[in-house]
Amino acid sequence: MKMINSLLISLQTNIPTPVPKDLPLPLPLPEWLLIIILVISFLAHLVFVNLMLGGTLLTLWSQIKGLKDKKYDLLAKEIASTITVNKSIAVVLGVAPLLSINVLYTVYFYSANALTGLVWIAVIPLVTIAFLLTYLHKYTWKVFENNKAVHISILGLATVILLFIPFIFLTNINLMMFPEKWAVVKGFFNAMMLPNVFPRYFHFLFASLAVTGLFLFWYMSRKNYEFENLLPGFTRYDIQRKGYSLALIASICQMLIGPIVLLTLPSKGMGWNLILIIFTGVAMAIPAMWMMWKGLQASRENIGKNFYKVVILMSITVVFMGSGRQIYRANALEPHQKLVKLRTEEFEQTRKIAIENSKNQISDENNTDMSLAEKGKKVFNQYCAACHKPKDRLVGPPVTEMVAIYKDDVEAMKKWIKNPGKKRADMTQMPGFPQIPDDQLNELTEYILTINN
Amino acid sequence: MDFPMFHLDWLNNRMLIAGIATLHVIINHGLAVGFIPLVTWLEQKGLRRSGTNQITDLEWDEKVYKMMKVAFIITTTIGAMTGVGIWFSASLISPSSIGSLIRVFYWAWFTEWIVFVTEVILIMIYFLSWKKSNSSLRAKIRHIRFGWFLAIASWITMTIIVAILGFMMDPGNWNSNPNLINGFTNPLYLPQLAFRTPMAMLMAGVFGLLLATIFTKYGTKIRQDAVKSISKWIILWAPFTLFGAVWYYKAIPEGMTANMSTAVGTMDFAQYYGLLKYFIIGGVSLSVVIAVIGLFKAKVIRPYMVVLPVVFAFAFLGFFERVREFVRKPYVIGQYMYSNLLLEEDMVVYQQDGILKHATYTSVNEVTDDNKLEAGKNIFMLACSRCHTGQGVNSVVDVFERMYNNGQPLHVDMMTAYIPNMHFGRNYMPPFPGNEAEAEALAIYIRHLQDSGESIEGVQTEGVMINSDYTVKAVINKQNKTNDNEDDK
Repeated sequence: MKMINSLLISLQTNIPTPVPKDLPLPLPLPEWLLIIILVISFLAHLVFVNLMLGGTLLTLWSQIKGLKDKKYDLLAKEIASTITVNKSIAVVLGVAPLLSINVLYTVYFYSANALTGLVWIAVIPLVTIAFLLTYLHKYTWKVFENNKAVHISILGLATVILLFIPFIFLTNINLMMFPEKWAVVKGFFNAMMLPNVFPRYFHFLFASLAVTGLFLFWYMSRKNYEFENLLPGFTRYDIQRKGYSLALIASICQMLIGPIVLLTLPSKGMGWNLILIIFTGVAMAIPAMWMMWKGLQASRENIGKNFYKVVILMSITVVFMGSGRQIYRANALEPHQKLVKLRTEEFEQTRKIAIENSKNQISDENNTDMSLAEKGKKVFNQYCAACHKPKDRLVGPPVTEMVAIYKDDVEAMKKWIKNPGKKRADMTQMPGFPQIPDDQLNELTEYILTINN
Repeated sequence: MDFPMFHLDWLNNRMLIAGIATLHVIINHGLAVGFIPLVTWLEQKGLRRSGTNQITDLEWDEKVYKMMKVAFIITTTIGAMTGVGIWFSASLISPSSIGSLIRVFYWAWFTEWIVFVTEVILIMIYFLSWKKSNSSLRAKIRHIRFGWFLAIASWITMTIIVAILGFMMDPGNWNSNPNLINGFTNPLYLPQLAFRTPMAMLMAGVFGLLLATIFTKYGTKIRQDAVKSISKWIILWAPFTLFGAVWYYKAIPEGMTANMSTAVGTMDFAQYYGLLKYFIIGGVSLSVVIAVIGLFKAKVIRPYMVVLPVVFAFAFLGFFERVREFVRKPYVIGQYMYSNLLLEEDMVVYQQDGILKHATYTSVNEVTDDNKLEAGKNIFMLACSRCHTGQGVNSVVDVFERMYNNGQPLHVDMMTAYIPNMHFGRNYMPPFPGNEAEAEALAIYIRHLQDSGESIEGVQTEGVMINSDYTVKAVINKQNKTNDNEDDK
C-alpha cells in the first residue's frame, strides 16, 4: 500500500481526480492477450486509415497540378480509385481495436467519449459524408470534365473532413489517459487543447504520407498494373521516384516530430521500458531510410531492389511505435487502475453487508404477529399508496369510494385490481396488478374494507 | 454512476441509439442480406437472356450493375458507418450495459467481425470485378458464383447477430451461465431468424423494384421484364415473411413471459402488441399488392408507386425493433441491469444508503435541507436520464402531467409518495434507486423543471463534478486509515 501511495503523489493536485468503480465482470481473455490483439489490430486499422488519408491528400495535390498538366489529372484519377477501397477496409478493421479498447479500458475510454460526446458521435455523420463525397468524386470524373473547380471542391471538402477526424480520435485517446483532467474538461475543444494532441496529430499525418508513398510505389510497380495504358506521360520510374521521395521526406519529418511528441507527453507514463521500445523502433527506421536514399541514387532498374527490405523494416518500426504507445498508456494508468480496483472491491463488501441487513429486516418483520388487516396495510402501501389516499383523490379516487362500491362484493374488487377497466373520463386508467399473490390480495382487500367514512 | 453522463435533453438519449440502429438494420436487411441474392439472381437471368454469341445480355447486365452500385455505395458508407455508430452511441448513452455485454460477448463479436470483414472484402471483389468479368463466359459464371458466396456470408452475419440479440433478452442465463450458445437456444432465436431472413428478401425486393423503375425508361421491354422478375421475387418471399412474422409475433409473449412476466402484462405492452398485428398485415400486403400489379400489369408501374411500399416495409421492420426493445424493460440486460444502468443486485445498497453516497459523479453526496434542488438534479442524471429528458422527448414533466391528467402544477408530496412505489404499477419502470430523502429531492427538482422550463445539460458541455468521497485523495486517505487501524491492532 505504501508503494501505491508514493506512486500516486504525482497524481495529486488541487483538481479532484475521480476514482470510479469498474464493471464487476471479469475480462473475457487474459489481459496480455487482449493487449496484443489491441495493438496488432489497431496498427492494421491505422495503416489503412493512413492510406485513405494519404491517398486523399495526394489525389487532391495531383488533380490541382493536373489543371495545368493533363498527365497529373490521370494520376489523380488512379490514386482516387484506391481511396474508396482502402477506406472500406479501414472502417471494418477499426471494429476489432474498438472492441478491445472497450473491454480493456472500459472506464477510461467511455469517460473520455462522454466528455467529448457531441463531437465523438459526430464522427459517424462526418465520416459518412466524407465517404459519400469520395464516391461522388470518383464517379463524376466525366460529368465534371469541364468543370474542374466543382470536381476538385468535392474532394477538397472530403479532405477537410478527413483531416479533422483524427483530432477527434487523438483527443479521446489522449483524454482517457488523464483522469486528473476529467474534472476540468468542458467539451471537446477544451480536451483537444490538452498537451500532446497536436504533436501526435502531425506525427500521424506524416506517417500517412510515408505509408502512402510506399504503397503507391508498390501499387504502380505491379506487373499486372497496366501502367502504359493508364498513365501515359509517366514512366514507372517516375512514380517510383515520387513514392520513395515522399516516403523518405515524410520519414525525416517524423524524426523531427517524434522527439516533440515524446517531450510533450506528461511525465507520469514515462519509463525506461518506453524509451527502450521507442529507440529500438527508430533504430529500425534508419537503415530503411538509408536504403530508400540509395534507391533514389541508383540506376532506373535498381531503384526497387531493396523495396521489400524497406517495407519489412518500416513495419517493424510501426510495431515498436504502436507498442510504445501502449506501454505509455499502461504506465500512465497503472496507479489509477489500482485505486479503481480497490474501490470496486470495497463496494462489493458494502453490498454484501447491505444484503445481509435487508434480509434480517425482512425476517424480523415477518416474525411479528400482525392481523390480516395490518398485513394488508403493508400491501396497500407497497402497491396502492402511490395513487390512492384514504379520503382524498390523488391519481385515483379515494379508498372510501372503493369501500362504497365493493363493500358487499369483495371478489369483484379483487377482479378489478387484477385487471382494471376505465371508468372515469377525467382520470388515468389504472394499471393491472396480476402479480399480487392471492393471500396478499386477501390481506389487501380486508384492509381496504376497514377504512370507513 | 461510474461514467460521466452524456445527455441529450431534446432528442432523448435512447432516440440517438434507436435512430442509428434502425437505419443500420434497414440498410443491412434491405441492401445487403436481401439485396445481394436478388442482384446475383438478376445477374444470372442476364445470361439466359443473351443471344448465342453473347456472354450476357449487356443492356440488362448494365441495369443490374447500376442497382448493385447503389447498394454498394450505400452499404459501404451509411451502412458501415451506422454499424460503427451503434458502438459509438451505445458507449455514450449506455456505457455500463455495452461494456458488460462486450466483456461477455467479446468472442461472439470477434467472430462476427471476422465474418463481417470477409463480407466487406467479398462485396468489394464482387462489385469491382463486375465489369472485368464480362470478358468471358467463364469469368462471368465465376462472378455469379461469387455473388452467391457473398449472399451466404451476409446471411451468416445475420445468424450470429440474432443470437447476440436473443441472448440479451434471455435473462436467466446472464447470471448463471453467460455463454453465447444460450443465444442460439433462446426460444426467440428461430422465430426471429425465420422472420428476419424473408423480411430482408422482401425489403430488397421492394427496394430493387424502385431502383429498377428508376434506371429503366417507361414503356421499354427491359423495364417490363425487370418489374416482372422482381415482382416474382417479392411474391415468392411474401408468404415466408408472413409466416416468420406471425411465428415471431406469437413467440414474443411466450418467450418473454418465461423470463419477465411483468413487462408483458402491462397495458402499454398490449398496445404495442396490438399495433404490431396491423404492421405485419400492412407491411406484407402492400408489398404483395405492388408485386401482383407488377406481375400482371408490369407496364403500369412507375417509380413513385413503389415509394410507399418501400417506406412501409421500413416502418414495418422499425416497429418490430421497437417492440423488441420494449419487452426488455425495465431491464437493459435481463434481470441483471436496469434501463438506468444500475445493477439489480446493487438496488438494496442505494435504497439503504441513498444513491448519492455511492455515485462517483455528483456534486453532493447526501440530501440536506439546503441542497434539495441540486441533489435532485444529480439524482435525475443518475437514475432517470437514460430514458427521460427534462423538456424533450419522453420528458419527466410530461409523464407526470399525463399521469395526473392535468396541466396543473405538480404536487411534490404526491410525487414523493409515488416515486418509491411506481415500479409496482408501472412494470416497465425500474425501482427507485434511492432513499426517501432522495425521492423528495427528485420530486422537488421535477417540479422545478415544470416551473422553470429549464433544459438539462450533459457532461459533453458542462463537464463533471466529482463526489468528494471518491477522489484519489479521499480513497487513499481512507485506505491509509484502515491500514493504520490494522497496524494498531
